[in-house]
Amino acid sequence: MRVVVNGDPRELPDRATVADAVAAAGAAPDGRGVAVAIDGEVVPRGRWEATAVEAEQRIEVLQAVQGG
Amino acid sequence: MPLEIAGRTFESRLILGTGGFRSLEVMADALRESGAELATLALRRVDPGARGSIVDVLDAAGAELLPNTAGCYTATDAIATARLAREAFETDWVKLEVIGDDRTLLPDPTELLEAAEALVADGFTVLPYTNDDPVLARRLEDAGCAAVMPLGSPIGSGMGIRNPYNLRLIVEQAGVPVILDAGIGTASDAALAMEAGCDGVLLASAISRAADPARMARAMRLAVEAGRLAHASGRIPRRRYAEASTPTEGLPELT
Repeated sequence: MRVVVNGDPRELPDRATVADAVAAAGAAPDGRGVAVAIDGEVVPRGRWEATAVEAEQRIEVLQAVQGG
Repeated sequence: MPLEIAGRTFESRLILGTGGFRSLEVMADALRESGAELATLALRRVDPGARGSIVDVLDAAGAELLPNTAGCYTATDAIATARLAREAFETDWVKLEVIGDDRTLLPDPTELLEAAEALVADGFTVLPYTNDDPVLARRLEDAGCAAVMPLGSPIGSGMGIRNPYNLRLIVEQAGVPVILDAGIGTASDAALAMEAGCDGVLLASAISRAADPARMARAMRLAVEAGRLAHASGRIPRRRYAEASTPTEGLPELT
């Protein structure tokens, strides 16, 4: 299915989860300092494995950077 | 007396913004020299090529994390960013920034207040970056913010404290800590903020973009300490004319 990960179109398997999207974005697998929003809503880390991704969703995978 | 914000105490009154350092190594050196126990950080899209993690560096240094909402121009975006930061960093503390103008990076007062109210209601410990406006500072405190963080001058400008009178008004009325945030250029600016009665200073560029960040970090640490001590020590009044410090009695007649 087609989704948008960090602004780029991506093909993910049909039963992909948020955890798969995090991996596709290139984030560290332990998820430390990483946060995910789908269509603007936060997906808590504890639900990444269980939350299915749906076609056409906008997925933002964010990490810590220097700032402020 | 340590700095106390929302029930947490800090021996250092200097908060380090981590933006602008050339590398995490330079940042780690500066953090150590600054003595800061609280450091800001931000969230951006994952960069698979990024080397090292700022969270690991801050953890290793024992610094507490203060996520920011830099880059947000609306209350809606700032609230969403704060919620993402809470998830990423497992802290409900947030340096709330809602910018209203991309050239000056001055805060948008109405969006800022709206975001502050929503985040306080959602259980966040909110430290808002605000204009040097005493009325807005009071509104933010009334909204339940844990501190108010007025700017000295625009972010990264290094212009110091442009309105010391307003800053003093904010300090006089505040019932929460006042942290001077933004505009510091060099050590004397930080000392002036503390002499004006601020409870702390938050700065990034003044250290991170200095030619020698670690040495400037030490200068800032000393300036904050010196300013705090001077504030607590009761400075002499300003006079128009001199007042001799050596006794005028007992002068010999020599000619």
